[in-house]
Amino acid sequence: MQDNTVAIQLKGITKTFGEVVANKNVDLTVYRGEVLSILGENGSGKTTLMNMIAGIYYPDSGEIFIDGEKASIHSPKDAFSYRIGMIHQHFKLVDVFSAADNIILGEEYKGFDVKVEAENIRAAHTFENAAYEAYNPEEHTGVLAYLKAPKYHSEKETKRKIAALPFIKIAKRIKFGWLSRNRADALQSIANRYGFEIDLKKKIYDMSVSEKQTVEIIKVLYRNADILILDEPTAVLTPQEIDKLFAVLRRMRDDGKSIIIITHKLNEVMAISDRVAVLRKGEHIATVNTADTNEKELTEMMVGKKIDLNINRTEPHDVEDRLVVENISATNHDGVKVLDNVSFTARSGEILGIAGIAGSGQRELLEAIAGLQKLNGGDIWYFDPAKDNEKIDLRAKTPVQIRDLGVRLSFVPEDRLGMGLVGNMDLVDNMLLRSYRNVRHTEAETKCEGDAAEENCIPASCEETTDVGNAARENPNIKSNKAKDAFAKFGKGVANCVSVLWSSVFLDRKSPKNLAENIVTELEVVTPSTRTPVRRLSGGNVQKVLVGREIAAAPTVLMAAYPVRGLDINSSYTIYNLLNEQKEQGVAVIFVGEDLDVLIDLCDRIMVVCGGKISGIVDGRTARKEELGTLMTNYSGLKAAPDSVTEG
Amino acid sequence: MTNVLKKLKLESPIHISKRTDMPKWKSWLIRGGAIVAALLLCGIISSILSSGSFSSFMEQMFKGCFSTPRRAINLFEETALLLCISLAVTPAFKMKFWNIGAEGQVLMGALLCATCMKYFGGKVDDGLLIVIMLVFSIVGGAVWSTIPAIFKAKWNTNETLFTLMMNYIAMGLIACVIAIWVPNNSGTVGVLSYGNFPKIGRYPYILNIIIVAILTVLVFIYLRFSKHGYELSVVGESVNTAKYIGINVKKVIVRTMILSGALCGIAGWLIVGGASHTVSTEVAGGRGFTAILISWLAHFDPIAMSFTAFLVAFLSQGSSQAASVLNFGGSFPKIITGMFFFIIIASEFFVGYKIKFTFGKRKAERADELNAEESDGSIGATAYDSADLGDGEPNEITARIDNSAEEIALPSENNQNAQKEEEVEA
Repeated sequence: MQDNTVAIQLKGITKTFGEVVANKNVDLTVYRGEVLSILGENGSGKTTLMNMIAGIYYPDSGEIFIDGEKASIHSPKDAFSYRIGMIHQHFKLVDVFSAADNIILGEEYKGFDVKVEAENIRAAHTFENAAYEAYNPEEHTGVLAYLKAPKYHSEKETKRKIAALPFIKIAKRIKFGWLSRNRADALQSIANRYGFEIDLKKKIYDMSVSEKQTVEIIKVLYRNADILILDEPTAVLTPQEIDKLFAVLRRMRDDGKSIIIITHKLNEVMAISDRVAVLRKGEHIATVNTADTNEKELTEMMVGKKIDLNINRTEPHDVEDRLVVENISATNHDGVKVLDNVSFTARSGEILGIAGIAGSGQRELLEAIAGLQKLNGGDIWYFDPAKDNEKIDLRAKTPVQIRDLGVRLSFVPEDRLGMGLVGNMDLVDNMLLRSYRNVRHTEAETKCEGDAAEENCIPASCEETTDVGNAARENPNIKSNKAKDAFAKFGKGVANCVSVLWSSVFLDRKSPKNLAENIVTELEVVTPSTRTPVRRLSGGNVQKVLVGREIAAAPTVLMAAYPVRGLDINSSYTIYNLLNEQKEQGVAVIFVGEDLDVLIDLCDRIMVVCGGKISGIVDGRTARKEELGTLMTNYSGLKAAPDSVTEG
Repeated sequence: MTNVLKKLKLESPIHISKRTDMPKWKSWLIRGGAIVAALLLCGIISSILSSGSFSSFMEQMFKGCFSTPRRAINLFEETALLLCISLAVTPAFKMKFWNIGAEGQVLMGALLCATCMKYFGGKVDDGLLIVIMLVFSIVGGAVWSTIPAIFKAKWNTNETLFTLMMNYIAMGLIACVIAIWVPNNSGTVGVLSYGNFPKIGRYPYILNIIIVAILTVLVFIYLRFSKHGYELSVVGESVNTAKYIGINVKKVIVRTMILSGALCGIAGWLIVGGASHTVSTEVAGGRGFTAILISWLAHFDPIAMSFTAFLVAFLSQGSSQAASVLNFGGSFPKIITGMFFFIIIASEFFVGYKIKFTFGKRKAERADELNAEESDGSIGATAYDSADLGDGEPNEITARIDNSAEEIALPSENNQNAQKEEEVEA
């Protein structure tokens, strides 16, 4: 446990980015041999604070003390010289190198200053010569006298040694540049010391996420880091892998290292840390001993007010099959199978959760349904509730074709600003993404239903007008009011036609503007105006805009990939509530999540994917975390899985 | 003293941070300020180089552009041509399709325009001929831009290299056609007498200026208010978003490049039909490249582009006048333009980044700190020494040389023990 030696101390750290204050006057102390959790919601400045210790940012004001000395950390290199190492959320490894090579990569040549070394030798010789002169051989007898007798170094010897230094320098430099054959074995000792189960000769591309993380940790240890900072290390791991990681961290702590973990998961804080520092909106709220607190208290500190963390799961009603996926397979650009014979059914009035390690095919699966992923085989059927559950084939259709078929499919993709929204465009223009194709509603079109039919209506209404026009011209002698009527009709027709033409060429920003304003007020989006580029909004607000737009399309199937990633607790629960609302309204919701606790609380059924295959579908009401964790890594048991599947 | 210096090195005196919050008027003020500063700098440099004074340079700059109506018309005509080509490259750039082939597209427009003048000239009415010339020019420019666009859309080739190479092919084609038309190896076609634009009022080029003014408004509307314009900016911002929303990215690329090439073709038509009345490989005169700069400087805004185009035209015309009067030689206009762009582009740094000088603010504070520390022995400085000397390599020599060895934070194990003892004492 901690030995009350201060390893690192922050005093009054402040960091601003433009107008945004990321950290404000933060004081923090980390002791040797402890695990400190930095707890806070997204955007509370946890990572920024740690980045300042790791040399990625430099504080605007405030001081950092390491081992009691004021430190100035300008770069990650500086941080290493202070024995600080950070393991980032996104790993920085060279894929085609082995783990061992990644670890020694970028190791600094420790320099060999000839002048300093010469000084060293000279001082050592002077010291020993002085000892020689002061030496009294009579004080010692026998063998001891021989052993303890100081040697005399002649001026010549000193000079010779100094003259050899440049050659030693060259030799050392060459030796440093030489890759030893058994370098992996040398490193393996570090791994074994802390109980890492890893083969360091393995290439990175063959490694799982947790193995890559292990490599990052060993890399930091190899560079003699005493203070390790881990940025959300558990986000990508399964429950079993998390346990393993925690065991290793405990061993490092017992070895006297200081470990700082950035997280927003309370159960992990309780499990691993000795102390918890809570940050809120960039400010340090409190540091408490984990043993003296509980999850509820921490949440209150983190959010600043009492909140109810219950997800209200209702019993599904009016359940019918909405989307049936049968045996679909797909490969990515490199020809690797990303979806392998996937079959499942999404039902209306139900939330279907998809669990799995990141990159197990979740994205491809949703994109396949949305018409963005090429399939090698299989079928996707949609049962249209508006047309008496008519069966519609969605396979090999583009997003526009799917829309034109009247399928009301909404998709909240994982990559919000890179796919769902355009970061540099304002809220209104982002609303336009869904609606810009629409042609203005005219009288003729009101007969038509659905977006799909609109485009077909343009020629229809134009034909109508020309008919009326011809009629008016052919019968000039009909009664005046009739002619007037016809003329008025003709005029209206022309106006309609012009309006339709106009709206098929030019954008209509009016209704998107209304929609944007509605979303801002209803979902409480914090934004200066609807004309602000969305990239300037915080993560939670960006997500509200995206989810709001997708829900505004009145979907029958709503797919959401990691919709709460990076969101604070309040925003997360807003999103869960929105999904639940959609479920109540009879929408088939597909929810890809990473937090197993949430999946278990929210979903009616949970489908687990693993390596592009479905390893099981379990009932959300009876599922256990460990069971899901096993399914997530169940590569070998895939064949047995279908028997054990409990179709809820 | 060295201690003080080293201490100061601990914190860099200038902090540079990115910013996105600058109001528009302020950023335009900075850019305007840069233009004024550049003008002053050019004036100062030229007055040093020549016997003429600072004011004579300025005078010649403006004289060269505005002293006679003819000069003013020339200036606006050059502005119009540059603007037309800038308008042409803008949709492609907004789509992040780096079309640097405007030069070649203009040349192809010019070549087909001249071909029409040569073969249809005298056979059809001049008014009709101008329309035929327009159609052919548009086709010429559009074909030249569509080829790389199709390759980009189908096989994802690099459009920058492709369009650049197309420039040289266009030049080669023109040289080849001229060689066929003029067998005596003189290399010049001579003035083609048919199909010249009619004069409006007393001066030539008025029609050119009017046409480009109309085009500017049209392109502005196209980019800002049309569905096509919206689609191409979505494609430019994020291809993934475009696909997600169902935009046919390939179609948008080809369509936008056809438009871009067509506008370049129109520029070729304006040059040959409205100004030079002849064709050569020099007919575009590098405007295809200058236009790229104009478009970027204006942040792809057609209205702002008309100002940047004017600025460029003003600079080159004014400075060539100044060069001839003050005997600076032919390269002077290029130097002036280069200096201008250098300063204007550099000014963008101040729009995008915030610079904070912490040095002045904290100097006094730090001086106090240092005085206090120096009287207690040089803790900060020695700590820095050890950090400076090597990456964690314990260096005993420093420890011996320095008397305050116990205060050094050497990251070696024995020193750590020493520190612990120290702390216990404390």
